[in-house]
Amino acid sequence: MTPARPDPDALLRLAEQERSGRLKVFLGAAPGVGKTCEMLDDALGQARAGVDVVVGVVETHGRVETEARLRPLPVLPRKEVAHRGHTLLEMDIDAILERRPSLVLVDELAHANAPGSRHDKRWQDVEEILAAGIDVWSTLNIQHLESLNDVVASFTHVRVRETVPDRLLDRAEIEVVDTPPDELIERLRAGKVYVPQEAARALHHFFSRSNLSALRELVLRRAAQAVDAQMLDAVRAQALAGTWATADRVLVAVGSHDAASDVVRAGRRLADALRAPWTAVHIETPGERGAQANARLAEAMHLATQLGGQVLAMPASGVVDGLAQAAADTRATLLVVGAPRPRRFAWQRRLTVDTLARRLPDLALQQVPVVHRAVPARLPTPVPDWRRLAAGLVPALGATALVTALGRLLFAAAPITNVALLYFLPVMLAATRYGLATGVLTGLAASLAYNFFFIPPTGTFTIEDPQNIITVLVLVAVAAVSSQLAARLRQQALLAGASARTSAALAGFARLLTGVTTAEELGRVLCAEAARLLDAHAVLLLPTDGKLVVAAAFPPQDRLEVLDMAAAQWAFDRAQPAGRGSGTLTASEWLFTPLAAGGAPLAVLGLARGDAAAPVRSDRLPLLGSLVDQAGLALERIRLEHDMAGVRQLEERDRLRAALLSSISHDLRTPLTAVVGTLRELVPANEDQVPILATARAEADRLQRFIANLLDMVRIEAGAIALRTEAVDLAEAVASAVHDLRRTLGTRAVTMDIAPDLPLVMVDPRLFHHCLINLIENAARHGGEEGAITLAAQRRPDGLDLRVLDEGPGLPPGMAVRIFELFTRVEGSDRKGGTGLGLAIVKGFARAMGLDVSAANRGDRAGACFTVHFSEHHLRKISPE
Amino acid sequence: MTSFATRVLVVDDEPAIRRLLRGSLARAGHEVIEAGDARAALAALAIDKPDLVLLDLGLPDRDGLELIPLVKAAGAALLIVSARDATDEKVAALDLGADDYVTKPFDTEEVHARIRVALRSRLSRVAEEPVVQVGPITVDLAARRVLRDGAEVHLTPKEYGFLAQLCRHPGRVVSHAALLRAVWGAGHEHDVEYLRVAVRGVRRKLEEGDVESSMIRNEPGVGYRLITG
Repeated sequence: MTPARPDPDALLRLAEQERSGRLKVFLGAAPGVGKTCEMLDDALGQARAGVDVVVGVVETHGRVETEARLRPLPVLPRKEVAHRGHTLLEMDIDAILERRPSLVLVDELAHANAPGSRHDKRWQDVEEILAAGIDVWSTLNIQHLESLNDVVASFTHVRVRETVPDRLLDRAEIEVVDTPPDELIERLRAGKVYVPQEAARALHHFFSRSNLSALRELVLRRAAQAVDAQMLDAVRAQALAGTWATADRVLVAVGSHDAASDVVRAGRRLADALRAPWTAVHIETPGERGAQANARLAEAMHLATQLGGQVLAMPASGVVDGLAQAAADTRATLLVVGAPRPRRFAWQRRLTVDTLARRLPDLALQQVPVVHRAVPARLPTPVPDWRRLAAGLVPALGATALVTALGRLLFAAAPITNVALLYFLPVMLAATRYGLATGVLTGLAASLAYNFFFIPPTGTFTIEDPQNIITVLVLVAVAAVSSQLAARLRQQALLAGASARTSAALAGFARLLTGVTTAEELGRVLCAEAARLLDAHAVLLLPTDGKLVVAAAFPPQDRLEVLDMAAAQWAFDRAQPAGRGSGTLTASEWLFTPLAAGGAPLAVLGLARGDAAAPVRSDRLPLLGSLVDQAGLALERIRLEHDMAGVRQLEERDRLRAALLSSISHDLRTPLTAVVGTLRELVPANEDQVPILATARAEADRLQRFIANLLDMVRIEAGAIALRTEAVDLAEAVASAVHDLRRTLGTRAVTMDIAPDLPLVMVDPRLFHHCLINLIENAARHGGEEGAITLAAQRRPDGLDLRVLDEGPGLPPGMAVRIFELFTRVEGSDRKGGTGLGLAIVKGFARAMGLDVSAANRGDRAGACFTVHFSEHHLRKISPE
Repeated sequence: MTSFATRVLVVDDEPAIRRLLRGSLARAGHEVIEAGDARAALAALAIDKPDLVLLDLGLPDRDGLELIPLVKAAGAALLIVSARDATDEKVAALDLGADDYVTKPFDTEEVHARIRVALRSRLSRVAEEPVVQVGPITVDLAARRVLRDGAEVHLTPKEYGFLAQLCRHPGRVVSHAALLRAVWGAGHEHDVEYLRVAVRGVRRKLEEGDVESSMIRNEPGVGYRLITG
């Protein structure tokens, strides 16, 4: 940790706020949540407590509940501002400054003052009042906050012009006034929310349930953000080491005992319940762990990352020290520890938890019940390694012998008692280099040698002078203590070294991963690093078409044995390790570990060593876990980036297509408008020109319809149809289509048989209009020279049918389905006109609206019948006003 | 109709369209000014003070919708020239204060008719006509009475409100939202089915023929128009 020194900038900010008045903002998600009432309630409390409160400006909007709250408070009269012949009432800032209350209430912080006022905006007034050392309480809706204005507009489609700069909120005390969306909508319905007349339309849309939920979330997030920023300022300024409770942060202490994973799960559940971020911490204390403990710890920490927690390894000399440091570093508010396993003595049981509670008084402590599967009789002490002990004892005893020989020589020259000090040399040597056991054994050997060779009577293990007994005992004690100290130092150094090496390796790996952009590249980096760090062969398998394939290997190889592939596939399918050293499919030489992100396996890393040993040493398992986790996250990132690139490409294509469509549509229509318009203006110069002009006009009209159809078809094909569904009256829709086609239909009889009390239909009026135009036009084209067209609507048990009937020859056999295909024209028909587009457009638009269209021949006489079917959910029953 | 020549500003970036409109409008007795972009249009608006503006929304230098408030502020009547499918654009233009629209590719006769209505309503705004006569129907806006062939017809308050709203803008399209706001109040702008029900009632009580010949014309997706003759 860097030394804690106050940050001068933060001090300055705080000092400025000390001098000026304090601002409190009642922040809400939308109009009507009750900000003003809340402010008035709180202000009344202040006034009763003797604070000099005045109301600068509060808008009651005629609401009784607001007026009742306002009555007991002194209200400053407002100032009249003349504007364009109107008189507007604005807050009188000069009156406030002159009156100098300790607290002034200023409603609607975002309000824009009438032109001619001192400041354009009310928040500027507030800043001036604050600068004069007067406290201000105000109200604000989140959409008026400058930085969120765009965000809010993007989903509500309502943009407000009056905005308040964020710096005001950042220095303010915030009180969130929260009303659940349903309740707010209820209040709106009940007319309890003031809605300005001109904004009513926008607000109607604004008050949807989803909008309100989103706004509410924004309010809570923004408030939390402001509070965090203010707290950081306070921490920086005071440079206090301690923990501050803001939003909860959970710290989960993970041991290497067999219930470690249970503690992680319990911690995560608590964090979820508190909606708090959480960190799993393991305190690396001096001392050796067994292979099983290592594996359990690795599993627990891995689980923590999988469950969305941060993980932290904190080297410390003791568990309590380590947890204290971790709690300060992560600014934790809640520490989760597993309940200790049953101990024989009460003082043992209470020790850690009590010490923690004493050391960290700000921290809430939560013990979670865990089931210790195996209860060891005592603390697991490291099992001495006899071979290593022997290897250490030889040089240690040799040194003892050497010291004895040297002592004899010196003793022969002059009999001195200090020779005992010489024996510290081999004892220290053994303790520091070979550990506690060797040190103590050497100490015993040294005391025996000293007794035998130097204490009278020499040559025996008997001691004559009682003073010498003390010398022997001290020698043994010093040996024990110093070897203990030395051993601890040595272990700490080892630990620090290993931890530093692991951290450096992981940091290096993380750096390498950031530059990686493809899965194959990731495979190469991962395999090379895993092989180097774990001293093993490495291979990465990625799924391709549902099968795992070797994507990278170090040293290079491109396939695995069938047995190994089976283990890899198992690991991938179950998202669990498989192969040698894992307990599953151990016949494989490889250990396969799945790379997963968010629970779904993305790839499998295989590790193997040439000899028959386990692929990964047990103490390296945590390192493997970290490598695999990081690589999994990187792989997920690569996949997401890839997906995003695809989406961007699609968006770009859609944008281009839309631009092209609108440009083509404009470029084709403009000259055509000129041609059609000009033809209508032309007056025939003589009788001969009359039919020529008529033909030109008819053909131009046809071209116009054709181009309209062509553009509609392109739209359908491009999927560029945006629906705007509303209730449509069938009789009206049909009448509009017939009206627009009047010129084409000429004197042809069109009969409408549509009952006036049919339900309305929910369709896009524009698309439906084009469907009808094309259907009626088709009926006119194929219905014979003078054949009548009938449009009939009929209620059916499953909805409603609209039929378009003509009196032409009808459809040739087998055409009923094909007729809706693009560029299909009725065979054997010599009638002119028709591009084969019209009915395809009908089908395309109808499908976009969810309607069925079908074609058949009439039953009652010759002619075709086209039916548009509305199912029950398209109908809107009419209820009386 | 009017004794003095009306001045029409045609704003369109296509010279061919401007030429067509110029010829057609000049023959109908209007004085025509042309502008090819928004900048020229604003200059003409200030200098020539047109009585009516024919505005194509697809301009090269500015969104045509932005010009609408400026045209209205200059006191000119405003007709929008809009593409066939641009329903949303039409509604937005009407909401911003445009008097009416014509759809491209347009019929010059239709343009003349719309211009007549827009100019008439601009003049009649000074002294609002309290009685509107459409065929056999008389709507007395002052007395809130509706007569058919001289006999009073009872309409529900919403039906009457709907019809009265159309009568205040004879010949002009009135958007769904504007009708709903005026008759049903704020907060009902999207309840188009209320309108459908009301218009059915009005037609049933006042008319006999089919819907196509009704005096109340449906403009799909946009609004309703009272056909005055």
